[in-house]
Amino acid sequence: MTAPRIIVVGAGPAGIRAAQTLVEAGVRPVVIDEGEASGGQIYRRQPNGFKRDFRQLYGTEHRRARDLHETFDALREKMDYRPRTLAWNLSEGALHIVHNGISNAVPFDGMILATGATDRLLPVRGWTTPGVYSLGASQIALKAQACAIGRRVVFIGTGPLLYLVATQYLKAGAEVAAVLDTSAFGHRLAALPLLLARPDALAKGLALIAQLRLAGITMLTGIRPIAIEAGADRNVARVHVRDARGRDRNFMCDAVAMGYHLRPETQLADLARCDFSFDPATHLWSPMTDAMGRTSVRGIYVAGDGVKISGADAAEIAGRLAAHAAIADLHSAHPAGRGAEGSVKKLLTSHRRMDRFRRGLAKGFPWPAHLAEALPDDTILCRCESVTVGSLRMAATALGAPEVNRAKAFVRVGMGRCQGRFCGPASAEILAAVLGKSTDGVGRLRGQAPVKPLPIATVPEDAS
Amino acid sequence: MTEKADVVVIGGGFMGAASAFFLRQRARSVILLERGLIGQQASGVNFGNVRRQGRYLPQLPLANRSRAIWSRLTELIGTDCEFLATGHLRICYRREDVGELEAYATHAREYGLDLELLTQRALIARYPYLGPEIVAASLSPQDGHANPRLAAPAFGRAARSAGAQIHENTEVVGVTRSGEDFLIESADGRRFSAPTLLITAGAWATQLSAQLGETAPLVVRGPQMGVTEPVPYRVEPVVGVMTNDPREVIYLRQVTRGNIVFGGGGRGPADATARRAYVLPGNILNQFRQLGRLVPDIRRLNLIRVWSGIESYLPDDCPIMGESPTVPGLYYAFGFCGHGFQLGPGVGETMAELIDTGTTEIDLAPYRIERFAEAAPIALPEVELSE
Ligand SMILES: Cc1cc2nc3c(=O)[nH]c(=O)nc-3n(C[C@H](O)[C@H](O)[C@H](O)COP(=O)(O)OP(=O)(O)OC[C@H]3O[C@@H](n4cnc5c(N)ncnc54)[C@H](O)[C@@H]3O)c2cc1C
Ligand SMILES: Cc1cc2nc3c(=O)[nH]c(=O)nc-3n(C[C@H](O)[C@H](O)[C@H](O)COP(=O)(O)OP(=O)(O)OC[C@H]3O[C@@H](n4cnc5c(N)ncnc54)[C@H](O)[C@@H]3O)c2cc1C
Repeated sequence: MTAPRIIVVGAGPAGIRAAQTLVEAGVRPVVIDEGEASGGQIYRRQPNGFKRDFRQLYGTEHRRARDLHETFDALREKMDYRPRTLAWNLSEGALHIVHNGISNAVPFDGMILATGATDRLLPVRGWTTPGVYSLGASQIALKAQACAIGRRVVFIGTGPLLYLVATQYLKAGAEVAAVLDTSAFGHRLAALPLLLARPDALAKGLALIAQLRLAGITMLTGIRPIAIEAGADRNVARVHVRDARGRDRNFMCDAVAMGYHLRPETQLADLARCDFSFDPATHLWSPMTDAMGRTSVRGIYVAGDGVKISGADAAEIAGRLAAHAAIADLHSAHPAGRGAEGSVKKLLTSHRRMDRFRRGLAKGFPWPAHLAEALPDDTILCRCESVTVGSLRMAATALGAPEVNRAKAFVRVGMGRCQGRFCGPASAEILAAVLGKSTDGVGRLRGQAPVKPLPIATVPEDAS
Repeated sequence: MTEKADVVVIGGGFMGAASAFFLRQRARSVILLERGLIGQQASGVNFGNVRRQGRYLPQLPLANRSRAIWSRLTELIGTDCEFLATGHLRICYRREDVGELEAYATHAREYGLDLELLTQRALIARYPYLGPEIVAASLSPQDGHANPRLAAPAFGRAARSAGAQIHENTEVVGVTRSGEDFLIESADGRRFSAPTLLITAGAWATQLSAQLGETAPLVVRGPQMGVTEPVPYRVEPVVGVMTNDPREVIYLRQVTRGNIVFGGGGRGPADATARRAYVLPGNILNQFRQLGRLVPDIRRLNLIRVWSGIESYLPDDCPIMGESPTVPGLYYAFGFCGHGFQLGPGVGETMAELIDTGTTEIDLAPYRIERFAEAAPIALPEVELSE
């Protein structure tokens, strides 16, 4: 029997482990990744010619990074790896990819979506001022290009990455003006029982905070962001927040890194018409799956941070599980397809532990829905289309939009380049608050192709 | 309890919303029933072309009537729906097609539509961004475009303020006639009745008309739309291609915000039951090529979104409009074959006039529902030859 055609989208931890598991089962997967090189977000490789060693680049995770990179490199002959290739659309049984301006359709029997995450953002007055970056982007600048976003950086938002990136900036020699966290210390305490599911990860997190403290960095919890202000040169100059005791605090800086944990990249699952569900703990929508990563659509699997934000170690496990599921469903005749029960069982057990930790993070660093609701009317909400918070409220009140897609139709919020990936989470909270509904009660933005902006100059393969 | 009115309108697309509004202007009591939200289907997702030129000539009086209302929207419904009379440019790539543009212009004048023919040289001078393959064009200076996402809902709100009973999230499942009245039942068991019934249910209209014994060979398809990222506003007129080669069909408009909206090429599949219409990836790539021929600089932009919608077509490319020949008090306005957005306000005013007075100045003979029973079936073209 011939092996099924399986595509893996994403060559981060989840995609790499999925590809490896497929190869072990005699499948030659097609692996698509838009990045220059494999590794994904956490184990992003540096460009050719850069010479930082693993320890320097990946810190406490250097062994894992090396292992993943070596694993993937060893698979090169056994898979069809397409770097610098964007999966931009999906049609019945075929994935549409574009590379160097040429688009072609890759037919498949099964597809594992390991598309990872992006920053979750919360608008604040002045967030579109030059010098304000997303937290992820500030880290990418450092990891990929060895560049800092500024000399004196304020880190604002919430989530474990806030402390990680601040520490990385500190190490790289930048000045960390402050780490300003919207979640409160009490949240962390309440999350402790869940976080103890992974004592190792918890210890790493605590070590980051200790390092920042040791360096004398100002760290505030329970803050409320008020505004990001520009200086005379129109670049960012100051971050204004209200601290937990209600006092106004200002921090001078020349750059801001802002992020509220992460959100999964789910456009392809959406185009595949997978059923989605709303997670009340994180206020995020993601594709519904079984424990293995099977979605509601036959042949479509999801793994890693592209479904739930559980981090790199969990992503590796989820990638393996999804591949096992695909093999069981599509290639059960293969010997490796049978006999995998034992290892699947073990993987499932550790994945459950990881998921407990994930819930702990969601609890310890909650998405501040209440801050989104309270944003002043003149704040830019959708930066792609320059839509203000007030316009969105008007769509609900004066124009009667009962849910997010209708609001998008009326005032274009979520209609621009990012298709609501960055303004969507805050928009939903604002709309829900105005309408007196729950966050899931205002629905989910419908996705459309292309997955990311596609150059009009793109040509089909046969025409090139 | 049964809710009663002079007229029940089923289907709150542009046709239903505008009809309800104009019926209120004539002081008729109206109930409008819409399965989802007003203007959520074809009326809310179309290209936004407010174009008369290129239409079936006998349809021009209706299109002219509609065009006159487009200019009065602010006064009538309190918003202009972003309507801009930017002009509509119909271009061609072949010398042998110029004659057709000229002939159309001659005939259109008889219907009160003045078109200006432009040579290649005049085109380059006026619209330097157009591609070199274009040999001539016809400009309809008073045509333009508007925002479809705003138009039908705005008519719906205006109708409601004028006293229409508008029930959204109300799907009609049963229509019967008893005595002088129509009895209408929604999926959740509510009942409505009126001596006059207007069916404006777009792609779903024959499911309702069939319950009253009449049908038409309606076919559903999804025109293919896309939009670029915003760039400085430069392309004023709506531009469309006149051609007999379906692959060459493309049309575009730029909104003042800067995004360029486009459509054209083969129609995609649409599923009225699942309420889904699909954009075919191959078609997007063909549209890219055609866009580059029309406005070469557009190749430097990115596509940010595609979409489609469920539109209903009839074999002769004309809608069904007017009174039922067999059931007294029953009226239709559906099957607008990809051209209904421009017509929306005019259809509303015409249907209200017909229902209110029993007659209208617009000749509705070509749109009789019974015409299909009389004629041999014609195959529907799978392609769109104009926007
Ligand atoms: C900017 C950023 C920085 C992060 N830094 C850290 C960190 O330092 N430490 C940490 O523990 N966690 C970090 N994370 C969390 C991170 O999500 C996980 O640690 C881990 O990388 C998840 O693995 P994954 O395989 O699920 O996804 P990823 O590692 O994100 O891999 C997904 C891959 O899919 C590719 N992809 C996605 N969509 C498409 C498409 N349509 N076509 C083609 N390719 C596509 C991407 O290019 C990417 O390579 C970061 C996340 C982000 C967004
Ligand atoms: C993608 C696309 C692009 C287009 N571009 C243009 C253009 O540029 N210019 C132009 O002039 N025209 C264009 N058109 C055509 C135009 O949009 C339509 O002809 C017009 O909107 C039809 O309006 P309608 O009210 O008849 O139909 P619809 O807008 O479809 O409204 C019908 C309504 O009836 C409701 N309904 C159906 N069944 C029931 C029921 N049982 N109970 C209650 N409610 C019911 C539906 O929910 C729907 O809201 C385009 C169409 C599409 C899809």
